[in-house]
Amino acid sequence: MAKVLVVTSGKGGVGKTTTTAALGAALAQRGEKVVVVDFDVGLRNLDLVMGAERRVVFDLINVVQGVAKLPQALIKDKRLENLWLLPASQTRDKDALTEEGVGKVIADLRSRFDWVICDSPAGIERGASMAMRFADEAVIVTNPEVSSVRDSDRIIGMLDSKTVRAEKGERVEKHILITRYDPSRAARGEMLTIDDILEILATPLLGIIPESQDVLKASNVGTPVTLSNAEGAPARAYIDAARRLCGDTVPMQVPTERKGFMDRLLRRRAA
Amino acid sequence: MSMGLLRLLRGNKATAPVARERLQILLAHERGMRGQPDLLGVLREEILAVVSKHVTLDPTKVIVRLERGDEVSTLEVDIEVPNDFERKKAAVA
Repeated sequence: MAKVLVVTSGKGGVGKTTTTAALGAALAQRGEKVVVVDFDVGLRNLDLVMGAERRVVFDLINVVQGVAKLPQALIKDKRLENLWLLPASQTRDKDALTEEGVGKVIADLRSRFDWVICDSPAGIERGASMAMRFADEAVIVTNPEVSSVRDSDRIIGMLDSKTVRAEKGERVEKHILITRYDPSRAARGEMLTIDDILEILATPLLGIIPESQDVLKASNVGTPVTLSNAEGAPARAYIDAARRLCGDTVPMQVPTERKGFMDRLLRRRAA
Repeated sequence: MSMGLLRLLRGNKATAPVARERLQILLAHERGMRGQPDLLGVLREEILAVVSKHVTLDPTKVIVRLERGDEVSTLEVDIEVPNDFERKKAAVA
């Protein structure tokens, strides 16, 4: 049974696109057939983060409007056999995303893939509501910071009321993914802790992605972070999160950078 | 109180408990409001309708403000009435 997963947050810049690419790649590496769909019409970036920006011919809106057939718009990943991208349109207006059209495309994708991962735009407007509309599950990307937590709460409210599942009296399975977490700052009382965030949002945790330089390095070269440095802390955290999505029980921990002796010595002195 | 102690122990650096408390208060309120019409907008419209039955008002000079406190909240309604209001009323009577 195919699953439709929306990666959402309300707030911009918290790591939705990074997360979509990383989870998509991690699931594909497990042998799942995955498509990542960019819903950020007019401001697409998933193609860039996935390194496929020069291969975009047709896009989601072309398919919604019947200008192109779905297989014509799907871009196959060059690194992973099971990973595909459906880009957003860079030019058209997001009002072109009609509920009926999006519903048809999602239904078609369900028949072709194991996972349909929808990368939501920031905000609560049409693009964001269409990205979550047909979701079975949701990953709410949250930074340990007040505005991000507030927006996540708002998005949780929308997932519980504005989705097809919610309107049928069913539940969208929700998961919090905390990104840009710095355990040492949280320990010093400078950053909301994992427990603070989970208590406030009352939603289960999917994973904790530590603040890391790997993320920027990965987007620089257009490779999902799980592929660019698979041994790095964020990659390991995303791979664990993908395993949990598949139903595996994986102990929750904050992966940390493996540091050399000097790093650890300096760190201890600094802390 | 524990927050003060924490701050003392950590040399005034523990700002996370403040964040946590502010969020808890704010979200408790916002969750309650969810799905309800914009209360201030409704109040403003209705107050404006009632008052303008008796006085000619400039709608831009009606300000409705809500200040939330821990125990009670205050609703402040500031309506600017033109100075010739009394005279007009006398003329009508």
